[in-house]
Amino acid sequence: MNILVLGIGNLLLQDEGAGVRAVEEFGRKYLPPPGVELLDGGTSGIELLQYIQGRDLLILIDVVKSGNPPGTIIRLQGADVPALFQKKISPHQLGVSDLLAAAMLTDRMPRKVVLFGIEPESIGTGLQMSGKVGGKIGRLADLVASELVSLGLNIATKSAIPYEAKSALPDADFVAAGAALR
Amino acid sequence: MAQRITIDPVTRIEGHLRIDCAIDNGRVSKAWASGQMWRGIELILKDRDPREAWLFTQRICGVCTTVHAIASVRSVENALNLEVPLNAQYIRNILMAAHAIQDHIVHFYHLSALDWVDVTSALKADPKKTATLAQGLSNWHLNSAQEFTDAQNKLKGFVGTGQLGIFTNGYWGHPAMHLSPEANLLATTHYLQALEVQRKANMIVSILGGKTPHIQNLAVGGVANPINTDSPSTLTMERLFYVKTLIDELGAFVNNVYFQDVCAIGAFYKDWTAYGAGVTNYLSVPEFPMDTKGTVFDLPGGYIPNGDISKFRPISGFQDEFIRKGVQESIKHSWYDGNWTRHPWEEDTEPHFTEFQDDGKYSWVKAPTFYDKPAQVGPLANVLCMYAAGHAPTRKYTDKALATVSSLAGGKVPITALHSTIGRHAARAVRAAVLYETLQKQWQALIDNIGKGDTKTFNKPEFPQGEIRGVGLHEAPRGVLSHWIVIKGGKIKNYQAVVPSTWNSGPRNAQDAPGPYEASLVGTPVADPEKPLEVLRTVHSFDPCLACAIHMVDTENKEIVKVKAF
Repeated sequence: MNILVLGIGNLLLQDEGAGVRAVEEFGRKYLPPPGVELLDGGTSGIELLQYIQGRDLLILIDVVKSGNPPGTIIRLQGADVPALFQKKISPHQLGVSDLLAAAMLTDRMPRKVVLFGIEPESIGTGLQMSGKVGGKIGRLADLVASELVSLGLNIATKSAIPYEAKSALPDADFVAAGAALR
Repeated sequence: MAQRITIDPVTRIEGHLRIDCAIDNGRVSKAWASGQMWRGIELILKDRDPREAWLFTQRICGVCTTVHAIASVRSVENALNLEVPLNAQYIRNILMAAHAIQDHIVHFYHLSALDWVDVTSALKADPKKTATLAQGLSNWHLNSAQEFTDAQNKLKGFVGTGQLGIFTNGYWGHPAMHLSPEANLLATTHYLQALEVQRKANMIVSILGGKTPHIQNLAVGGVANPINTDSPSTLTMERLFYVKTLIDELGAFVNNVYFQDVCAIGAFYKDWTAYGAGVTNYLSVPEFPMDTKGTVFDLPGGYIPNGDISKFRPISGFQDEFIRKGVQESIKHSWYDGNWTRHPWEEDTEPHFTEFQDDGKYSWVKAPTFYDKPAQVGPLANVLCMYAAGHAPTRKYTDKALATVSSLAGGKVPITALHSTIGRHAARAVRAAVLYETLQKQWQALIDNIGKGDTKTFNKPEFPQGEIRGVGLHEAPRGVLSHWIVIKGGKIKNYQAVVPSTWNSGPRNAQDAPGPYEASLVGTPVADPEKPLEVLRTVHSFDPCLACAIHMVDTENKEIVKVKAF
């Protein structure tokens, strides 16, 4: 299996970054099996094309406004995914539906697409998520793990490290910056 | 009868922009550009360690991550007078140039070509005639009748699914669409090829930057790429030669496809050289430093007032007072509290939202000025400044573009034709060709320097106790980017980013002079106010990227075009 777990969103806009936070949390909690890659996609558009092309499965995690109470998690798959994003006017130059269309145009559409969406509460400037969304990040990571288990993959957990909603940026950023400063 | 059209949001851009036009006798008589999102990055950075600011600034925007990282580390280095090792400069330069080429290609094919190219018309083209047309432009190996047939079949299948996706919001069959079916098929086929080619630029960025999106290799004082020509875990010769292969593949597409397509489409739309000039004060900064201090550059920059290239004044480097003192921003027409015009180091950010007031406040974007005048930034400003400075590769490619368009259009097209909507596309293609030469040069400089035994990539920053100020300048794909930082006791006291789209999409300034988008729209013909394709052509030609000029409040449930009679 060739699987990408892709978190999308802007970490500077509170709940907007929930998708990225969920991917970080997944990486913190679980050991991804061989063939499963994790990616913090930020708010990038067309740059993500090369990462989604040709996957057996693409698992997207993003903030989605579906009219449900904040913190509600939805799961969509197949053709419902691009259809959902077509209705939303994306703030990004090429939104998720465009990205998937581009993959289709290059004949390398992911064979299956699953979306986990979470309803945001607050998307003002700031690094901290609202309680209703921040409190569901662990749940999002667990749902991704269950999705992979349902495909027959073995998922091992790392030793339990509590999730801190306050962490400013992905650990990897700080490790790289720290290394540069030493 | 006069009409007012509101386009909200403008699509196929990054961020949220609203454009209003008054239309009289089929032409735009007055225009307003309004950024519909508010930027608050300054508030997040206050009191933080200046060494980590770049990690936050590269998250401002989904498209220009690398450029905000670069401008941020430069602002701190500038404040500290910190030199940057040669290897670090060259590695950054390769990253910047590769990113810029990717940006220019994606802008032309995926964000703006659909303003000029009718995909549905391409379905009716004769692939053999298309091949003849294409082979007259260049000997690109993918210009065969078979390639065009395959692309056409793929498009037919795609359109047949009813999921136009990426092609939605195109104004198919609009009276302002002039290309032949064959030219439409040519451009659409290259649109598909460009999807693959842009990846190569992105791969260069991932190899040197450690990761995309959001590079990981920068540091205030250099880069975090350890260089060891033997160790497989560092930047090795094998990696560097792979980068060279990617550079050349990118260059082949730029020269044989992108450059040629822009010339061909420009010739078909020669009438568009008469529209869209707007503000012809052009500002650009020198880029690709070739020394450790930022005083010697591969590409020159400077200022041209009133479109007169004989009046060009160069900007010598990152310490040049001409640019450091010349920039101000006005909030007279912006949704901030008060009415001031200040230097970025002296600004504050106090939001004050009102309704859309035609003669009052109507945008989240501030209005930047250069010595009290609005200025246009971007590839056109950059190319004209480099041309004026006598930069040889710029002269070569500009002259080549003008000669190609003249021969295709059957009449001489002078350099003054560049002051236009189509001129901005031409300048971007010229700049991409120049950047390919720069990429080769930077790559060779890096190899030669490592060959001399220099593997240094980092100088450690030391922060003084008092207050220091710096500016990080970068000639980004969309134009002059400047990050202005005030540091006190090793912490950020103030941080302001004056981004390219702020220069171009800014509202009226303190003297009520319109910004470049607004000025460029006046006089544009609009055949059908319900389908204002012509307005979008000019706005898209600037490559708007509003995500960093401002930020998101709400993007849902908006109509795209609203027309009303006065």
